[in-house]
Amino acid sequence: MIQLIKMAYRDLGRNRRRSFFSALALGIGLALLLLMASVIQGEMRSSMDMSIQLQSGHLQVRSVNYDPDKNSLAWEDLVENPEQVASQISSLAPVKAASPRLFASGIVSVADETAGVSILGIDPASEASAPYRDGLVSGDYLTADDREGVLIGRKLADILGLSTGDTISVMANTSNGDVDEQIFTIRGLFATGSPYYDQTTLIMPISKAQAITQTENHASTIFVLLTERDMTEPVVAALKSDKLEVVTWRTMNELITQVEQMSSGFMIVIYLIVLGITATVIVNTLVMAVFERTREIGILAAIGMRGSRIMAMFFAESTLLALGGILIGLVLGGIMVAYATYVGFYIGDFGIEGLLIGDRIYAYLTLTDAVSLIITAFVVSLLAALYPALLASRMEPVTALHSGE
Amino acid sequence: MEVAKIENLSRIYTIGQMETRALKNVNLSIENGEFTALVGPSGSGKTTLLQLIGCLDQPTSGKVYVNGKDVSQLNRNQRADMRRGAIGFIFQFFALIPTLTAYENIEMPLLLNGKNPAERQARVKEMLKAVELEDHSHHRPDQLSGGQQQRVAIARALVTQPALILADEPTANLDTPNGKMVMETMVRLNQETGVTFVFATHDPRVIQYARRVVTLRDGMIESDESGLAANPETFAESSMMI
Repeated sequence: MIQLIKMAYRDLGRNRRRSFFSALALGIGLALLLLMASVIQGEMRSSMDMSIQLQSGHLQVRSVNYDPDKNSLAWEDLVENPEQVASQISSLAPVKAASPRLFASGIVSVADETAGVSILGIDPASEASAPYRDGLVSGDYLTADDREGVLIGRKLADILGLSTGDTISVMANTSNGDVDEQIFTIRGLFATGSPYYDQTTLIMPISKAQAITQTENHASTIFVLLTERDMTEPVVAALKSDKLEVVTWRTMNELITQVEQMSSGFMIVIYLIVLGITATVIVNTLVMAVFERTREIGILAAIGMRGSRIMAMFFAESTLLALGGILIGLVLGGIMVAYATYVGFYIGDFGIEGLLIGDRIYAYLTLTDAVSLIITAFVVSLLAALYPALLASRMEPVTALHSGE
Repeated sequence: MEVAKIENLSRIYTIGQMETRALKNVNLSIENGEFTALVGPSGSGKTTLLQLIGCLDQPTSGKVYVNGKDVSQLNRNQRADMRRGAIGFIFQFFALIPTLTAYENIEMPLLLNGKNPAERQARVKEMLKAVELEDHSHHRPDQLSGGQQQRVAIARALVTQPALILADEPTANLDTPNGKMVMETMVRLNQETGVTFVFATHDPRVIQYARRVVTLRDGMIESDESGLAANPETFAESSMMI
């Protein structure tokens, strides 16, 4: 085995430039795939985290009649005595925060400009509202008893030409199907990292939201954050009720999960295409080596080397090329992934309802992705050696010995 | 004792629609310890005969026996095993692996035979001494002269203690002094170890060393003369004639 590897190493050294560029091709392919995998993984994690923090929470407790796509404000579709329900939920061990929230549709008007928004009534003091407090980029945060103040996203403010202290008119649907309009003052601007969310969300204290929508003592949902994302099962079991349903973050973020699964499947195809292309470089290198060393193969066969051992020789060369390429790939890929992890890439405004995407993508390379890519690269390299190895092993010694004469 | 025996051996090469009869019903027997030359002009079939005895090729018809075993219809792996165990080769173009040192080239057949490191080391050193190349064991072929390379090839052929050494034009690429050195080495090893040497040549200077000369022409044996250079003095005289 050692002799085989020694021979393989020396044989690759006969044409160092060719061997280097073969390994480099594999290395660049691997580096790009590591970057792609880490960017996609990072983006999916970011989207999921953002959605949990801003939209879904880890759990939501709502009326069995509530349809989140309709934002109904009819009392029978809402949670009654939400503070009491939230308090009960907060007493469970895995619960970090439980806060009532009210969702309504509205229109913001200023001068001649209007914009459709989702009105979000929150408990400003709750831990669950921390993203808005922490995301404040100008002005002041809300207090629970503020009857005239709202927070809007910086993106929405930019579009409507608004700033802190400006007044806006907000028109909202009410529980009896009417529309109510009131004047509010912008207390502050927030930026969550998701331009779509910042453009479409207006925040006010839940008490004010209940007043404007005539849904006193009711909430659309109890927004729940847990200490661990995967602790949903015991909390769901504890909250079973005839009137209320408990929905987990997995269910509420099915779109993200489906996008993640689809992108995983798509990525496998990309992996195989990229590695397949780099494998052709290895095939070419080894086939050239076979033809250059035909007589030598004949000599080895003449002194009694079996075809299988001749094959092993070329697999050893392919293994060394693969190891060299993987090393190069890890170095190059490591640099690129590190940059993408800590600096990220600005991508601008993306995102749709149900799929929040930050304006900056950060990479996240998992050990599983790295190991699976390395193994795939190695296996593809070995497969690339199959044809040249078979070619060499099946040469007739007589023909091989006299080649070039 | 017979080392190799050929019965009604024929070899026909077919290239496209052209058939070439390289050997035609050849019969030959090689005894243990012989130092035999197969001679003849180009195309006489001497290389083909050597390749068939050496299990590098398969006959179209007839039988080949090596050490009493019929090797005519062995498959590729079986022929490789036969070559590894019983037959050593010396080629016209030295046929050394360029990335291996002289030591490693000689060691290769022992590795293929699965010998342990201690055995390999002892045997390789013995062979390097036999061909007087102890000081060049770490040199690669591009660092050796033609004669030295051929002596490494001889050592490699002998290292597994085969029953039979087959040499195809062993001095064709060597100048006269190196050719003489190589032939003298082969003669000495034949006498010291008793290994059978059969070599194909058309060089009269080389034929002088043979104790038996089998002449081929157009794929058939034309003559078979033994007893040549059997007298050591004649041997020495033959050497001095080159």
